Amino acid sequence: MINKVIKNASEAVKDIPDNAVLMLGGFGLCGIPENSIQALLETKVKGLTCISNNAGVDDFGIGLLLKTHQVKKMISSYVGENAEFERQLLSGELDVDLIPQGTLAERVRAGGAGIPAFYTPAGFGTEVAEGKETREFDGKMYLLETGLIADFALVKAWKGDTAGNLIFKGTARNFNPLMAAAGKITIAEVEELVPAGDLNPNEIHTPGIYVQRIFEGKNYEKRIEQRTVRS
Amino acid sequence: MALDKIGIAKRIAQEVQDGMYINLGIGIPTLVANYIPDALDVVLQSENGLLGIGQFPTEEKVDADLINAGKQTITMRDGSVLFDSAESFAMIRGGHVDLTILGAMEVSENGDISNWKIPGKMVKGMGGAMDLVASAENIIVAMQHTSRNGESKLLKECSLPITGLRCVKKIVTNLAVLEVQQAGGFKLLERAPGITVDEIREATAGKLIIEGDIPEMKID
Repeated sequence: MINKVIKNASEAVKDIPDNAVLMLGGFGLCGIPENSIQALLETKVKGLTCISNNAGVDDFGIGLLLKTHQVKKMISSYVGENAEFERQLLSGELDVDLIPQGTLAERVRAGGAGIPAFYTPAGFGTEVAEGKETREFDGKMYLLETGLIADFALVKAWKGDTAGNLIFKGTARNFNPLMAAAGKITIAEVEELVPAGDLNPNEIHTPGIYVQRIFEGKNYEKRIEQRTVRS
Repeated sequence: MALDKIGIAKRIAQEVQDGMYINLGIGIPTLVANYIPDALDVVLQSENGLLGIGQFPTEEKVDADLINAGKQTITMRDGSVLFDSAESFAMIRGGHVDLTILGAMEVSENGDISNWKIPGKMVKGMGGAMDLVASAENIIVAMQHTSRNGESKLLKECSLPITGLRCVKKIVTNLAVLEVQQAGGFKLLERAPGITVDEIREATAGKLIIEGDIPEMKID
C-alpha cells in the first residue's frame, strides 16, 4: 500500500501558496480540520479562497483565518455566526459568494466526480440565478451550476489508515467526503491513525485514492456552538 | 388571542401524518417536533446528514460530533442513518422528504417566499432553504402574520429578495391558517382562538379569500 502519512499539520500545509483555492470540510464547527487551520495561521499564507459551508465563529474555525486577514474570498451557504465576517463583508474587505447548501454540496461532488456542470432547481427566480443559464425540463425550470475543485482540500475524519482511507463519525461527515474527492491535493487529519488493514473495508466512507496526505491530529477542541441538553 | 410561537408549533404539528419523513427549519419549525403525537411514527431529517433526530441529549450524552442544522447537540433514534451533504440534498431535491416546515419573512399570494436576506441589514446566507423550497412538494410556513410595527408579511408580492417561487402551500401564523391557491390568493381556513375574520383581513395585504364560516383552530 502507498504510505501517505505526513508527520504533522505544519508539514502537511507548508506548500500551500498565497492565493490558493482551498476547500475546508465541516458544518458549523462540526467536523472542521482544526489542526490544518491552526497550521495555516502559522504559515501566514494569504489571499486564500475558502470553499466551506460556513465561516466558523469569531474565535474558532475559519473565523481565525478571517481575523488575521488571510482570506480573500469565501464561498459558503451560511455565515450567520461570525461578526468579524459580517464586518469584513459589509466593508468590502472580503469577497463572498453565497450559494444554496445543496448546490454547494453537489458542485463539490460534481467537481470531484469529473462532472463539469449540472442542472438544479434551487435558486431559480432568485439572485442566485443572475447570469446563469436556465433550462426547462418537464415543465420545471432549472439553473446550470458548475462543478468545483480546489488546489487543496482540508478534511477531518474520525479514523484513517496509512493508505488514506477515512471513516467519519456522526454528523461530522457532512462536506468532508465530497471535498476529499474535489481537492487536487487532499490533506486529511484524523483523530486516530491506524496501519493499512486495520479498518474494515466494508465500513470505509472515503477511499484513500482521494487522499494525498494524512496525519493524526492532536488537541481536538471540538467546540460546540449550541450546547443543548434535555431539561 | 393571537397564538404564541408554541401555539403555532402545536397547530402545525396537527398537519403531521404517520410515516412521514420531515425536514424542520430553524426557529418555530424546530419546536414542532415537541408536539407531534407519540402515536405517530415519523422520521426527522437534518440537512447536515442525519435521518432520525432524537431528543436533546442529557449532559453526559452530549457529543460534539452530533448536531442538527441549527448546530444544537442532539441524539439519534433507533433506526437512524448518517450520510454526507450531497446525499442529504439528493433526498431533498429528489422529493423523498414528505413534509418541509420552515420560517419566512414574507410570503406572496402566489406562494413565493422570502426568508434569507434583508439587503444592507442581514446577510447570513440561504443555507439549505433554496434547495428545500425549490423541490419540496409539501411546504408549510410558520410565521408571524405582521411585523413588529404591524405591517403585513402576507403580501401581493414579496419585497425582500426571493428564496423560491410559487412553492408555499400552507401558512400557519399567529392569527390564522391559510392555503395558497393555485390561481393566487390566501384562502382562509382557520382563525386563531378569539381572532375575528376582520382582524385577519386587516393584517393581510395580499388577496384574502374567505368562503363561508371560518372555524377557530383547535389547540390543546
